[in-house]
Amino acid sequence: MKTLATFGWKLLFSTVLVATLSLTACQTETLSGEEQGVLTTAPTVPAAITRNHPTKVIIELETTEEVKRLADGVEYTFWTFGGEVPGKFIRVREGDLVEFHLNNHPTSKMPHNIDLHAVTGPGGGAASSFTAPGKGTTFSFTATNPGLYVYHCATAPVGMHVANGMYGLILVEPKEGLPPVDKEYYVMQSEFYTGGQYGDAGLQPFDMSKALLETPDYVVFNGSVGSMTGDNAITAEVGDRIRLYVGNGGPNLVSSFHVIGEIFDLVYTEGGTIPNQKNVQTTLVPAGGSAIVEFTVDVPGTFILVDHSIFRAFNKGALGMLTVHGDENEAIYSGLQEETVYLPEGGGVQEIQADTPPAPVAQTKQERMEAGARVYAANCAACHQPAGEGISGAFPPLAGSDYLLDDPTRAIGTIVNGLSGEITVNGETYNGVMPGVRLSNEDVANVLTFVLNSFGNSDGEVTPADVARVKSSH
Amino acid sequence: MLFASTGAYGFQSVPPVGEPEMVPIEAGFYSPLYISPDGEQEEWVAPFFLDIDPVTNAQFLDFVVSNPRWLRSSLSPLFGEASYLSHWAGDTDLGLAHPDQPVINVSWFAAKAYARWKGNRLPTIAEWEYAASAGKLSPIGTDEEGFRSRILNLTTQPQPSSLPVVGSSTPNYWGVRDLHGLVWEWVSDFNSALVTGESRADASLERKLFCGAGVVGASDFTDYAAFMRFAFRGSLSASYGGSNLGFRTAKSISP
Repeated sequence: MKTLATFGWKLLFSTVLVATLSLTACQTETLSGEEQGVLTTAPTVPAAITRNHPTKVIIELETTEEVKRLADGVEYTFWTFGGEVPGKFIRVREGDLVEFHLNNHPTSKMPHNIDLHAVTGPGGGAASSFTAPGKGTTFSFTATNPGLYVYHCATAPVGMHVANGMYGLILVEPKEGLPPVDKEYYVMQSEFYTGGQYGDAGLQPFDMSKALLETPDYVVFNGSVGSMTGDNAITAEVGDRIRLYVGNGGPNLVSSFHVIGEIFDLVYTEGGTIPNQKNVQTTLVPAGGSAIVEFTVDVPGTFILVDHSIFRAFNKGALGMLTVHGDENEAIYSGLQEETVYLPEGGGVQEIQADTPPAPVAQTKQERMEAGARVYAANCAACHQPAGEGISGAFPPLAGSDYLLDDPTRAIGTIVNGLSGEITVNGETYNGVMPGVRLSNEDVANVLTFVLNSFGNSDGEVTPADVARVKSSH
Repeated sequence: MLFASTGAYGFQSVPPVGEPEMVPIEAGFYSPLYISPDGEQEEWVAPFFLDIDPVTNAQFLDFVVSNPRWLRSSLSPLFGEASYLSHWAGDTDLGLAHPDQPVINVSWFAAKAYARWKGNRLPTIAEWEYAASAGKLSPIGTDEEGFRSRILNLTTQPQPSSLPVVGSSTPNYWGVRDLHGLVWEWVSDFNSALVTGESRADASLERKLFCGAGVVGASDFTDYAAFMRFAFRGSLSASYGGSNLGFRTAKSISP
């Protein structure tokens, strides 16, 4: 009889072997083939990837140092990836094996290298791509993580290499790809620190002290002022779904990215792979980071791309344009509907030139008291209270007030001119402020007459003539 | 009577016959950009002679004529690359290259051989940096206002399509010209400037020699021009040549 030792082990071995082979055959993410990477210049991006498997991608990128236009009349010595700022856009798929060739043009004065944030490895590749002028280096990496990543030069002094324009974007599409859209564009913000001020003509040198203080003269999209305005605007048709791959090369500033007149339907915050926010007006793009925004354009017009740290947009160049053509949709945006004259009332007293009967004047003490009651209710009761009792410690009483009854004429001045400072009323000290009340002589006379004959106060009368005397003597 | 040719900017270029080609540099202290963990903040530099100008095409031509194994067509690939003297029309024919332009496309081996032929040697990094840290009026350039930014601007100005002749710039305190902005220059110990490709993590490399990362460990992180020189030297290998890399010679002053 066969024992487990002979028969059993063979069975176990066969089972394990078959199981392993089956599992291997089930893998779809097997690297196969090879292709030359297609790189594009901003604002265009390479076409979306259609293959459903990872492959070897050969990327060749050249570094050059050249004098180019920064703004009208202003030139700068840019250090570039691929002859342009920002550098070329690289598009690969999750799982791709990238064979990266970095070539430094012989006319370069500086050695250069590259740190791609998509690389897992020392320096993001910088440790293996240090390239002297007239030389080339090669290293390979697997794009393990999908997302939108910045790449930049990391040769000392790193800040200066970045400040001179050595940055770009690499998109690693997720395995399943990104949802299709009608238009995709590449926008990268960055700053420039020049010896002169914004607009000073000529070849401008790099200014290190400004870079240290983080006070750039230029904040621009795609490497120069006006790179995306006028004839260089990016375009779309009404109804297009647009995806912007937005990068920020820095070297220092964070961007508050906004498209005037549009709302981002989807934002992949910080260039990650989940469209994790909807209906965003302005999204942050970190220095050395990215964001992906998607929106559908519903009406025609020019939509301005800005860094909403607004002085950068209008005074330093962080302004781009998206021109949308197509039919109007007045329900969504009507445009100007009406224009009218608007004259606010202003401070001038308005009068109707009509016959108005003169205000009644009290003829008798009784009339004075009745009119005064109305004046009291409207002007005095709030503080001195409807029954003239005042509020202890705040507003003196008028009922039986020794301060008032000792000198009613003084009360005229109190009403007309106000009173402040310490007084004693019925044994209690008050140290507040009574503002002067702008009332006509008639009203002052009436309200005082009312007070002197109410709240338990026995008698008294004040006439408008008395008030006039006090007013003129002030 | 041999008149010296006039440089592109109106200065006299090659020293006239009979005038010295080298000047003495007094002894002094030099602060290395990257300081080794067991090293000093300041290195003592003994007095030495330094060429006033970089070596020119004409001078190098004399050398290869007298030393045929350094001719372009006979050079062993061990000692120079395909670009060796590629800006000359032929082995001994300068072609369009001007005799007074600094010689370029020469390897470290070739530069060393030239120096030895002249009875000199290449300067060390310490000697070169020490001489280059002088201003116009003092051995310590940073005493002068705007020194750092002036040197940075010279170092980073774009590569012209045709290099100016040597001696076009004003001499520094020591009387040396063209240390900044003309060509990078070979030094004898270029490969001890241990900047790796990863300029942010050099701390992990060769702790015996240098502790320098791009910023951490550097003695002066505002000296961008020095960073660039060290980065450039770190990218070189001895057989390399470049269209913006020349050299000058030095000589010890024996006591």
